[in-house]
Amino acid sequence: MTIPLSCYLILSGILFICGVLGFLIKRNIITIFMSIELMLNGVNLSFVAFAAQWHALSGQMFVFFVMVVAAAEAAVGLAIIIAVYRTRETLNVDQVNLLKL
Amino acid sequence: MHLILFLFFGGICVAGAVNLLVQRHPINSALSLVVVMASLAGEYLLLGAEFVAAIQVIVYAGAIMVLFIFTIMLLNAGEEERSKGSRVAILLGVPGVAIGSVLVAWTLLRHSNTPWVPMFALPGDPRVIARLLFRDFLLPFEVTSVLILIAIMGAVVLASKPESAARPSTAEPAPREIRELVASGKER
Amino acid sequence: MTENPNLWLIPVLPLAGAAINGVFGRELPKKAITAIALGFCGAAFLLALKIALGFSASEAPYSFELAPWIRAGSFQADFSFYLDQLSLVMLLVVTGVGFLIHIYSVGYMADDHGYYRFLSYLNLFMFFMLTLVLAKNYLLMFIGWEGVGLASYLLIGFWFTKDSAAAAGKKAFIVNRIGDFGFLIALFLMIQHFGSLDFTRVFAAVQPLQPEIAGTGLLTSIGLLLMVGAAGKSAQIPLYVWLPDAMEGPTPVSALIHAATMVTAGVYMVARSHVIFERAPGALTVVAVIGTLTALFAATIGIAQTDIKKVLAYSTVSQLGYMFMACGVAAFSSGIFHLMTHAFFKGLLFLAAGSVIHGVGGEQDMRKMGGLRTFMPWTFGTMGIATLAIAGIPPLAGFWSKDEILGRAYQANPLYWLIGIVTAFITSFYMFRLMYMTFGGDYRGAPVGGTHGHDDHGHEHGHGWPHESPWVMLGPLVVLAILSVVGGFVGIGGGFEHFMAPVFQTAPGSELAEGAGGEAANKGLEYLLMGVSATIAFAGWFFAYLFYSRRLELPARIAASLGGLYRAVANKYYVDELYGSLFVKPLVEGSTAILWKGIDQGVIDATVNNAADEARHVSDNVRHMQSGNLRSYAGWVAAGGAVVIAYMVWIGVR
Repeated sequence: MTIPLSCYLILSGILFICGVLGFLIKRNIITIFMSIELMLNGVNLSFVAFAAQWHALSGQMFVFFVMVVAAAEAAVGLAIIIAVYRTRETLNVDQVNLLKL
Repeated sequence: MHLILFLFFGGICVAGAVNLLVQRHPINSALSLVVVMASLAGEYLLLGAEFVAAIQVIVYAGAIMVLFIFTIMLLNAGEEERSKGSRVAILLGVPGVAIGSVLVAWTLLRHSNTPWVPMFALPGDPRVIARLLFRDFLLPFEVTSVLILIAIMGAVVLASKPESAARPSTAEPAPREIRELVASGKER
Repeated sequence: MTENPNLWLIPVLPLAGAAINGVFGRELPKKAITAIALGFCGAAFLLALKIALGFSASEAPYSFELAPWIRAGSFQADFSFYLDQLSLVMLLVVTGVGFLIHIYSVGYMADDHGYYRFLSYLNLFMFFMLTLVLAKNYLLMFIGWEGVGLASYLLIGFWFTKDSAAAAGKKAFIVNRIGDFGFLIALFLMIQHFGSLDFTRVFAAVQPLQPEIAGTGLLTSIGLLLMVGAAGKSAQIPLYVWLPDAMEGPTPVSALIHAATMVTAGVYMVARSHVIFERAPGALTVVAVIGTLTALFAATIGIAQTDIKKVLAYSTVSQLGYMFMACGVAAFSSGIFHLMTHAFFKGLLFLAAGSVIHGVGGEQDMRKMGGLRTFMPWTFGTMGIATLAIAGIPPLAGFWSKDEILGRAYQANPLYWLIGIVTAFITSFYMFRLMYMTFGGDYRGAPVGGTHGHDDHGHEHGHGWPHESPWVMLGPLVVLAILSVVGGFVGIGGGFEHFMAPVFQTAPGSELAEGAGGEAANKGLEYLLMGVSATIAFAGWFFAYLFYSRRLELPARIAASLGGLYRAVANKYYVDELYGSLFVKPLVEGSTAILWKGIDQGVIDATVNNAADEARHVSDNVRHMQSGNLRSYAGWVAAGGAVVIAYMVWIGVR
């Protein structure tokens, strides 16, 4: 009962691409943030898949740390979003453009 | 068997990801993301990484996504309006996803003598993980705990109410420039 | 003198005077400026006299090396000075006449604002001219050559606020430059073939060469190119056009530079290079032809001029033509003899003309003069003597020198003699015309004193009549008049020729040998030619008397009947207009269109401007990357990431 490793990698790639596209297409800041989480998940999958191939447990360690960092990042990022919402009263990323030339 | 289970979880995963792109309300996108994470947990179990699967569900799906949902509900974000830009985005995006996926798949299938991975390949039980974590990876572990501390402090500071809003009536109003900026931002 | 004659002091003394006057002259009082200028120039003259008195033909030529200069491989040129009979004559003429003109200028330019500048430039000119005359190699001579051109430019354009003066200065310099170009190429040829520019080395190398009878060769080329240089400097055809315009300068300048010294530099150079010319008969013929034609050509123009200085200018061109004619028939000493006498009487003529102009308050048109002999007797007297000299009336100086040239020309080719005689007739005619128009009859001009002198002078004349000049101006006139009378006696019986013989005794064969052949064989012919010359001179005087003193209506009638021919002569045969349309206009327009608009603006400026424009365009376009729009940033990040991933995949796949 084996399947080629590339199946897992393809799935990881699809998730990553969906994440990138969501990051580019969506206008709601929170949705953009969620797309970033999607990208991270895709990368996690590929880590675990390679760890399975090489029987190297450090791949799982990486996943652990990625998750920790993702948690920290999500916390801070959402705090920033709340702060931005307070001043700009909008969650449309196109309207957060005070740095426009 | 492995393949069937893989395709099952994989299909749910992809469906959730695509749904995240398609949905207009952020809460729907959040829930699709939860689905994606759950199915990923299943994928991890297929590979034998039980610990990772568990913390995926507990931390990612259970904590981070809950945080997202709280924020969405707090900020009362509404639906995204259809605009010209979003139509263009969809017009370009869907084929983009398709093409990208096909490219990735083609590359991976064509040019690699990919090894075959058996089911439950990894020894993912907590004992093994703990041995790694608290011996070989102790330093990164401690550093990440500091990182979380910093993140907590940052989040508290950033999200706290500013002092002027705490005293609504007696406080000085916000400086004129900020008010003008806010007003100009609103009217755009 | 057996010891070192210290030749270098002679040029350097006027240089010191020029430097002091030039740097400090603005603050010095006029007496100090005068003292400095006259002092240094006079010191040079006294030194020249001392050297001349101690000159001994058996020890000549003297050589003195001041300092080494250029040592480049096998080529060597030093600051060396050289004195033989030829340089001695030139030295005395330059310092003597120069000193007299300095004295004259003290009076003439007394009221000018640029007094110190004028004397400084005059001293500078003396320095360069003396360097030219005393140089031992062609390179040092070329420095003097160029330097006198510079001094000429500075002095012609002395009243530089006047447009015509500035333009005349430019014209002189540029036309001179064309001649200098030929001179330079001749120098290059000399370096290439003889390895040196030193006189002794070059002439020693040329000496054993055979004359180039059969057409052109190296020596003919060098000779022709040297002649190009001489034609520019000494105002011969076709480069004479600057000399009439040079009359824009003050009259002492015209006297010193454009009569006595600078324009004779070409003759000196040809005489100095006689070794080369004697072995290049083709070049010699060209020299003679140019000289003869110029003499006739300029004399014809002089007949119809009404400006007193222009008449004298064309007369100078014509007399220089005589000198070149002499050199062209290998009668080099005769040419130098005429150079010397010409310096006396032409210098005197110009100075006297200056006195006349000064006396009538700036008027230079002879038609508005007349009857000046009663007002300015001394000027009249001295100018009369000079006119007799230039016309060739015996026994004044001009007769001896001109007759010697004509005699030698007849021996070479009677056609030269014929043209020379006709020119002598015309010369006598227009010079006496000048005298009668200026000094004869009644005064036809405006009252003097209403107009304030000429150009920068601010003279206050209480009375309305022309007046005599002060003694500081008349003194030099008298001295030069005496020299014009007695200066020719050194040439009687071939005395001058014998004096100069050691210099010119290097002819290759017998046909062009100096002296020996003609004199002994044809004494009778010589006296006949002398008689013809004298008769022609008197004939010219008679016709001038007829036309301008007796029957004053004749000139106008003849001019009217000649019509177009007269107009052509009066307009200098339209040569200036011809040069303008042939050379100047195409050059200026070509430069404007191609070099200025095409290259300077179109290529160089455009390159710089377009580079700047392109930088601006590029940055204009790149600017869009920083839009402040979050999603565009995200797009750029994704694009960059895609490029990197694609590259890595490609690497991995390869």
